[in-house]
Amino acid sequence: MKELLIGNAALARGLYEAGCSVISSYPGTPSTEITEEFAKFSDVYCEWAPNEKVAAETAFGASLRGKRAACCMKHVGLNVAADPLFTMSYTGVNAGLVICVADDPGMHSSQNEQDSRHYAVAAKVPMLEPADSQEALDFAKAAFEISEQFDTPVFIKMCTRVAHSQSIVEKGERVEAVKEYVKNPRKYIMAPANAIARHPFVEERTAKLTEYAETSPLNRVEDGNGSYDFGIITSSTSYQYVKEVFGDSVTVLKLGMVNPLPVKLIKDFAAKVGKVYVIEELDPVIENFCKTIGVDVIGKDRFSILGEFSQKTIAKAFGMDDKDNVTLDTEIPVRPPMMCAGCPHRGMYYVLAKNKITVLGDIGCYTLGSMPPLNALDMTLCMGASVSGSHGFNKAGGSETEGKTVCVIGDSTFRHSGVTGLINIAYNQSNSTVIILDNSITGMTGHQQNPTTGYNIKGDPAGKVDLEALCHSVGINSVRVVDPYDLEECEKVVKEELAKNEPSVIISRRPCVLLKYVKPKKPLHVNPDKCRGCKRCMKFGCPAISFRDGHAVIDNTLCIGCGVCAGLCPFDAFESEGE
Amino acid sequence: MATKNIMIVGVGGQGSLLASKLLGRLLVDEGYDVKVSEVHGMSQRGGSVVTYVRFGEKVYSPIIDEGEADFIVSFEKIEAARYIKDLKKGGTVIVNTQQIDPMPVIIGNAVYPEKVLDEMKEKGVNVDAIDALSLASQAGSAKACNIVLMGRLAKYFDIPYDKWETAIAKIVKPAFIEINKKAFDLGYNN
Repeated sequence: MKELLIGNAALARGLYEAGCSVISSYPGTPSTEITEEFAKFSDVYCEWAPNEKVAAETAFGASLRGKRAACCMKHVGLNVAADPLFTMSYTGVNAGLVICVADDPGMHSSQNEQDSRHYAVAAKVPMLEPADSQEALDFAKAAFEISEQFDTPVFIKMCTRVAHSQSIVEKGERVEAVKEYVKNPRKYIMAPANAIARHPFVEERTAKLTEYAETSPLNRVEDGNGSYDFGIITSSTSYQYVKEVFGDSVTVLKLGMVNPLPVKLIKDFAAKVGKVYVIEELDPVIENFCKTIGVDVIGKDRFSILGEFSQKTIAKAFGMDDKDNVTLDTEIPVRPPMMCAGCPHRGMYYVLAKNKITVLGDIGCYTLGSMPPLNALDMTLCMGASVSGSHGFNKAGGSETEGKTVCVIGDSTFRHSGVTGLINIAYNQSNSTVIILDNSITGMTGHQQNPTTGYNIKGDPAGKVDLEALCHSVGINSVRVVDPYDLEECEKVVKEELAKNEPSVIISRRPCVLLKYVKPKKPLHVNPDKCRGCKRCMKFGCPAISFRDGHAVIDNTLCIGCGVCAGLCPFDAFESEGE
Repeated sequence: MATKNIMIVGVGGQGSLLASKLLGRLLVDEGYDVKVSEVHGMSQRGGSVVTYVRFGEKVYSPIIDEGEADFIVSFEKIEAARYIKDLKKGGTVIVNTQQIDPMPVIIGNAVYPEKVLDEMKEKGVNVDAIDALSLASQAGSAKACNIVLMGRLAKYFDIPYDKWETAIAKIVKPAFIEINKKAFDLGYNN
């Protein structure tokens, strides 16, 4: 049956059909749905791991034991998994091993725009790059074949537009694929003597994979009906934009395998056409390769290194942009994302902003605390950096910063890579205060379970990390728990912990309001006779509160009745139902 | 036929996902090549969101660019204006008149442009404004705004009414089929 699937769901289907039996991943936009969709199959094993390094090593272990395995992550997650990646390239695999990585050109939901193809080149691991959902499904099967044929992990590289665009796919049947486990120390123990012996294998493998790329159906030339004035080398979603503009009237080398790249195929293509354009998002990876092998191409001179492309990008570059549109004179106010009405993070941020505390932040919904009116954050770098960063900040600042600086990190991010920073704080004794914003879920990526929630990916009861005990056991003596809806208590505890001459942890604990088990209360309303229009409540930044005709009003479609605003009003103007 | 382009725009959390799911299901059943594209993640948290739906004989790009949209279906009054550059000259805007203040308006740094629909009309845009929130409440759930707007969109297509109803039944939970069919009807007939 023909079905409309997002690229990530099609990729999950492809992995399943290829006989993949184990997936371990850490969520990250735009990769999350690959694992979520795979978890819906009943006859396979699927899990959320604490971070991408653990996920990649788990998948490696499964491959070693003889089951086809995969792990999925976003581009920055691959930085975390880079350590096992580079040596997995040396050991190779037993059963097939696939690493799915999703880039985010345009940074819809990311902190940088790094290009994962560099990892494929650096680690000498082949990389396939689908251009739509059907290719995502098909390439998953090809990836496992290549993995076992060439004894290598294989990347499948997605990008936001392929990962999150739905297109039509035709499903197939699952084929089981199992290998025997045989002890093989020379292949799997990467001590220097063995690794020295494996390195030549890696180089020979790359040469063989280059041969494979020359004739593989993953790479194809589409003849542009006799049009050879110029030709375009492209891949992924850029291919779709090229076809949108030119249809079948241009000769295209469409690359499905972007590492290693085929030398002869590219040279023959270039010989057949006049000019050669390379159209690729982000870095000039294909372009630079072409130049290295002596093929003259036009690439980043014409097509930006920044952000996403579209059909307009291509049309404009070729002087074919002729679309007529309407523009308005009215200025439309921006609508940035923000923390939800009733979000438990808001209370803690309000207290921190009110007390003008320096806040080193981390990756998650709570990064939105940086937005007006709270403007509560000073720094966001990468997963876990708030904790280790505040240690360095306080070591450098000493008594000038220690009593006025905190870091904030979510429960999932804390276990991902914050806990190692906390160990450093305890071990090397900086007078730092760590606030764990425990909303009992991985929020930003759309509610994934994690080791602090007590449930696994299928929603079944699982092992549960006791955050208080964990903090105590690494050497933090002062661990306090507060309810972020209780602003007075939050303020008191933050001040007390900052005043202490020792490291401390504050766990700000209340579940995300979007969780199904969190039942919203009746919306509040503003009594216009009591409201004096002082706008103190507007400093809270709740999207349900706005200001009209001289007083505050509550949008009852957004308000979940948390009641925190009522405590902020000096005139008791916020009233609950029945008052 | 030439590829048709529909943009669904609104505020994160308003239910544009279900609207695009309905269109996708319907158009695949009608035998078209279809692409639907949206961005998940951070923008969903109360930010401005956009979904692209494209259908025709063969669709390549998953996104809609400046001057290409035949229709913009807007779940909120000013969101249509935000994406108006993407509307084709002579295109149609179907807009829910509901007003949701963005944060700069809430904190007093900007003014909500109340009269933006008038400017659109002056500039020759076909504006089809509808109080989808009231109609959805009338159907039995304020959340059915999305289906009210799909009902209104359906008036502009040649696809038979019952095909839309069949697609609704395929994509919503059985308990909500009746409410959504009513919402669709109210959008179509008001």
